[in-house]
Amino acid sequence: MLSFVLRRLGAMALTMLVVSAVVFGLMELIPGNVATMVLGPYASDEQKNIWLSANGYLEPAWCRYGVWLANFVQGDFGHSIRFKVPVGDVLWPRLGRTAILGVSALAVIVPLSLTLGVLAGMREGSIIDRLISVIGIVTTSIPEFASAVFLTSIFVFWLQWLPGASTMSDGFDAVQLVLPVLVLVLYDFGYIARMTRASMIDVIATPYIRTAILKGLPRRQVILRHAFRNALIAPFTVIMLQINWLLSGVIVVEFFFAYKGFGALLLEAALNRDVFVIEACAMIAVFVAVATQALADIGYAFLNPRIRFGSAD
Amino acid sequence: MGALTNIGAGVVALWIFVALAAPVLAPFDPNALLSPFATPGAPGPDDGTFWLGTDHLGRDILSRIIWGARSVLTYAPVAAFCAYVLGVTMGLAAGYFKGWVDAGLSFVSNAVLAFPVLVLYILVITTIGASALNIVLAVTFASAPGIMRIVRSLVLDLRNRGYVAAAETRGEALWWILFVEILPNARGPLIVDACLRLGYVIITIGVLGFLGLGLPPPDPDWGGMINESRALTLAFPHMTLFPCLAISSLVLGLNLMADGLRKGEVRS
Repeated sequence: MLSFVLRRLGAMALTMLVVSAVVFGLMELIPGNVATMVLGPYASDEQKNIWLSANGYLEPAWCRYGVWLANFVQGDFGHSIRFKVPVGDVLWPRLGRTAILGVSALAVIVPLSLTLGVLAGMREGSIIDRLISVIGIVTTSIPEFASAVFLTSIFVFWLQWLPGASTMSDGFDAVQLVLPVLVLVLYDFGYIARMTRASMIDVIATPYIRTAILKGLPRRQVILRHAFRNALIAPFTVIMLQINWLLSGVIVVEFFFAYKGFGALLLEAALNRDVFVIEACAMIAVFVAVATQALADIGYAFLNPRIRFGSAD
Repeated sequence: MGALTNIGAGVVALWIFVALAAPVLAPFDPNALLSPFATPGAPGPDDGTFWLGTDHLGRDILSRIIWGARSVLTYAPVAAFCAYVLGVTMGLAAGYFKGWVDAGLSFVSNAVLAFPVLVLYILVITTIGASALNIVLAVTFASAPGIMRIVRSLVLDLRNRGYVAAAETRGEALWWILFVEILPNARGPLIVDACLRLGYVIITIGVLGFLGLGLPPPDPDWGGMINESRALTLAFPHMTLFPCLAISSLVLGLNLMADGLRKGEVRS
């Protein structure tokens, strides 16, 4: 088990290293001068050169990458060109807000999709099953920006129940979180529900469930005690991998509702070519992706004793 | 469920027809600045009607949606096709040769797949600039690894079949074995995946347009229309509502088709 975990951690570190180099290289490809963006279009070439050499931009790219990497590993993410503060100062509060958004969304998505998936998978082909399947297909077909528009039109424009923006300018306000969370839930719950359903159907067809039914256990107990626990193994992996998808949704939702979180920061940094913020954001995004993937694999092996750690990837 | 598959296919067919017949169907020039802020059903010039209203610049929304169908149904299939060409080739190579070819290709695709996909699109598009060609390139780059994974796992199984061994013994050329013996037998899951993926690509192009990274204005693009009128949603919902309905219905059609195809796949 330990060597399995260590190998996963090693692969994680290697992936992050490769990605950081790729992102850095990508930023090098960008035409245009960093100094022009910082000093403005009217700065003279001499001023630009002074700024560039003072900030180490005249070193070769691999040199700057090395310096950045060494600092990054020690927790120094560099200086934001756009916000004119250390990257950490703008990054951590943003990340905190996004964590609130993401955790709230997951807190709704997970119970909802597991319940619906189990309900649908319990009786394959029943009306409930078909209804849940169709609802799942419809909601996953509506892109986040479209459902954001639909929900805003309904709840903000016509019913006037909810605020249309989630700037949180007067401190944290849970009401402003409702629409962003709802959009994320709508787009993401269908897939997990579908996977839970498929897993439930597989489990229901196993001999031990037939045994449990035939020995006269109440249906409730068969479902909850025997089927449900085994049917959770596959959705666990799916949920962990879904966190990666959630991040994409978060960018759209934060942009639409003007929620000042990590996704909006990433977009703003990319549009303004704020290299160190982009690099830090990319690292966090990739860390979340590989960490959840590793957790999914480790958790899967842990939940399912039939998987042997040695032979697993 | 058969009925739903047919509805899905019908919706997709309808959009293809709209895209093909755009010059005939569109009541106005999609880029003409007519009368701004017209509500749906308001009368337009030349005895015409703005059935879906106009946007803040006075462009007819129905005409822009019709022409937008043409652009999305051009770029999304082209991008998906390019992604398939690259992904299938990579998958065939990885699955057939195994060994270091597989290890190398798998490492690259895992690194790409580790990226949250939208982050990847944003980084690539902001670097190389927003244009139709670059969107196709970005989609190809980001989607090929996923396709490669599917093809690879199918090929790992198929390469052990008797007909592959027979073709190898006959001394068939490598491309014949890969593309004529193996690939056609992997088509089932790939067709389902292609339907779903086309839907994702359409969503992706929509999201990029919505974030302001899509096709350059002024030509109509659904995502771009939503982006331009986003700030006005609360005052004039029709400007954003109809493009959203358009993109949702097209993706829903594709997903319903994929669902029906998948069920057929399981049955056969």
